[in-house]
Amino acid sequence: MLTGRGGERPVGNSALAGMSGFGNMPAMECSDAEIIAAVLQGDTARFEELVRKYSPRLFAMAHRYARRDSEVEDIVQEIWLKAFQKLADWRGDAPFEHWLMRLAVRTCYDALRVHQRNREATFSDLSDAESDWLERFAAAPETASEQAEAARQLVARLLEQLPPASRLVITMLEIEERSVKEIAALTGWSVSRVKVRAFRARAQMRRLLARMVREKYL
Amino acid sequence: MNLDQLQQKLLAAARARPPAGDVPLGFERRVLARLRSSPAADPWAWWVRGFWQAAASCAALSLLLGLWVLVAPTPGATAEPLDQQLENTVFAAVDEANESVW
Repeated sequence: MLTGRGGERPVGNSALAGMSGFGNMPAMECSDAEIIAAVLQGDTARFEELVRKYSPRLFAMAHRYARRDSEVEDIVQEIWLKAFQKLADWRGDAPFEHWLMRLAVRTCYDALRVHQRNREATFSDLSDAESDWLERFAAAPETASEQAEAARQLVARLLEQLPPASRLVITMLEIEERSVKEIAALTGWSVSRVKVRAFRARAQMRRLLARMVREKYL
Repeated sequence: MNLDQLQQKLLAAARARPPAGDVPLGFERRVLARLRSSPAADPWAWWVRGFWQAAASCAALSLLLGLWVLVAPTPGATAEPLDQQLENTVFAAVDEANESVW
């Protein structure tokens, strides 16, 4: 099915090609095409090469969306299972990595939606470190370190309470610093839809912050 | 408290240390084992599942309508017995033809 594709230079998706770490050497992409051709012809064992090559990237992505560390491996396994089942859908007109990352984003989004109902809606149980960090910020914002673990825990707590689409957009736009066009390419949403969701997500985050501060100081 | 500044500070904290892409030992083997143990994807499975669900829905709807027809009182129903109603229905066309002749 993929014969003759190995020598083709992928045209690629322009939005995805600009991503950090994307747009690898054509030789690597050729090798992906060869591996995929072999897997599609029944040599399932060669799929391991793809798993070994791209799993670090997938683990890094899944860490951003999983609720617990134990969930990360399940999410990445799910991504690989889907990739294997849909491997024949990869047409080779864009690098395999782009196709895989789109699949990964969709799987992470599905995982967020599955656990949507389990979100807790309270900030009353802030840890001492988190409370201290907030108090330091309230007293003198410049002294509250961005490197502090407490600050990261606070962000994780906030993101946990955002609806799935908002969390996805905030993570990709504000934390991973991707462009709107890249997010549109990865999620399959239109550019205007991404912008609307980003606007809404920022407003929701602001409301959550206000509530967190109110619950802490009242 | 300046919420804008707080939001920017927290997002900067999240950016400061990106998650590591450490892959657990033997992960590739586990993925392959799972692939081999899972049944091959059947392209007809989705359709078959859909048809079964549709068939079940239709059967349930038919049952409900049947029950409703049997139980619900017909508006303007006559007190005639069933055999008389059947006779009227069967001969309705004949009666109508006779009436139109006269």
